[in-house]
Amino acid sequence: MSRILLIAEHDGRKLSPATARCVTCARQVAGAEVTVAVFAADPAAVAAQAAALAGVAKVVTVAHPANAHALAAVLAPQVVRLAADYSHVLGPSTTFGKDLMPRVAALLGVPQISDAMAVEGPYRFKRPTYAGNAIVTVEAPPDRKLVATVRTASFEAAPAGGAAAITAVSLEVALPTHTRFLAVTAASSDRPDLQTAARVVSGGRALGSKENFQLIFNLAARLGAAVGASRAAVDAGYAPNELQVGQTGKIIAPELYVAIGISGAIQHLTGIKDARTIVAINKDAEAPIFEIADFGLVGDLFQLLPELEKSLSK
Amino acid sequence: MRKIMVGVKRVVDYNVRIRVKPDGSGVITDGVKMSVNPFDEIALEEALRLKERGEAGEVIAVGIGPDDAQQQLRTALAMGADRAILVKTTELVEPLAAARALLALVKREGVEIVILGKQAIDDDCAQTGQMLAALWERPQATFASKVEVAGGTLKVTREVDAGLETLEVDLPAVITADLRLNEPRYVKLPDIMKAKKKPLEVTDFATLGVSAERGLRTLHTEAPKPRSKGVIVKDVAELVAALKSKGLVS
Repeated sequence: MSRILLIAEHDGRKLSPATARCVTCARQVAGAEVTVAVFAADPAAVAAQAAALAGVAKVVTVAHPANAHALAAVLAPQVVRLAADYSHVLGPSTTFGKDLMPRVAALLGVPQISDAMAVEGPYRFKRPTYAGNAIVTVEAPPDRKLVATVRTASFEAAPAGGAAAITAVSLEVALPTHTRFLAVTAASSDRPDLQTAARVVSGGRALGSKENFQLIFNLAARLGAAVGASRAAVDAGYAPNELQVGQTGKIIAPELYVAIGISGAIQHLTGIKDARTIVAINKDAEAPIFEIADFGLVGDLFQLLPELEKSLSK
Repeated sequence: MRKIMVGVKRVVDYNVRIRVKPDGSGVITDGVKMSVNPFDEIALEEALRLKERGEAGEVIAVGIGPDDAQQQLRTALAMGADRAILVKTTELVEPLAAARALLALVKREGVEIVILGKQAIDDDCAQTGQMLAALWERPQATFASKVEVAGGTLKVTREVDAGLETLEVDLPAVITADLRLNEPRYVKLPDIMKAKKKPLEVTDFATLGVSAERGLRTLHTEAPKPRSKGVIVKDVAELVAALKSKGLVS
């Protein structure tokens, strides 16, 4: 049997949807028993949400003032202590998991499998390399703990319907004080979350300015979609960094992805390849984005976007 | 004066179209253009700027890889690194082994700041910096987009999924560089000539007393499943009709 410890991602109040997707990955390991660990200053609310996910056998909480913010250096020794009773330690391949899990793996003295995208066996997974252009099947030694991050776009979210028992544990671990949280500035948004939205509208360099990028927000609002951006648009300052989609930004798998004024560099395409339907609007008919788009429309976005918005509002 | 170490990985160039070998044993690298991992260039640029601001005395570039990786270290020296060290190996090196080798050099050199790229664009692991920080028992500030030195601490702004996070870490510490930390300088011809005279030490895992043992076995490499070719619609009306027929818009 595989005893899987899944490290919950949350903001202190809400469980991240990434965790529900990791549960699905964990459940695909044959004979898996999935325990979700919630590290927080006050874990009660998040633990209740984790316990309600179908397929979660147990939830353990570790309450500590030092866990108020997710600092890898503070969390890693606690995860390692907790991991003693488990065969697998998983986390999402988000900036939270990417920061934390390698630190856990190194403390355990084991390799990490990054971005697991398919489960081939308890210790065998597929993962993307070269910006998704080469998929490798890798196997970790079965006599060691397995540490992996999960490419959340590859797995559906586990549904609600669970009723796992919640257990509070206290870990006698010395925590470092060399790393201190100062601030986080998040663009507060009432739009859907980019990483989990069913629809995403993204803008690229062709928007030309931060003011013009508002056209993307307008269309997204019309569609009830989240907003994304290409690296070029973020680099140019048209959109904030947390909207970047691609190899080094967010990897997403919405039902509908609308790419506007994005030429489609390999690094961008790797972030959207799992989208169900891709729509591209670009004035260059030769743009690589059209090679993977289900529906392409060649033309001037400044002309087409108002038209599109109008026909959608009918 | 404070020493900064940066990692310089030799990788298949950013612009090369990757092809998987027909027998599934890996990707084709013969005759393919190799370059410095772009994130490592950003890491090096940041180290050079810290030195130019008087925050550091020496910048050491470290590569781990085959003899040919000396080319990328020469590029680092031409950009402005003071000296370079190659940990020579013909084997594939996993992040944990790389972190162990870097730690051995960090301790030997008395390094205070290590800056690595946040990931290498070949294996896309994004692990080495965090692993080095763990083994060193020091702070990590990953995905950095801004670094400020204040006495014995660093204030680092990080690009995280929620937005921008700011951490304060005590030195010594490990930073991993994200895309928008800086724009690396271009190398000028006279600098390439000068770089030839800069010291480049070649060592190996055995000399450093570090195991290069691999933990993972790569069983198979395949190309991703291609998406089926779509259609070009002639106007907005046709696009909206197509999306409606698929139930994607109402």
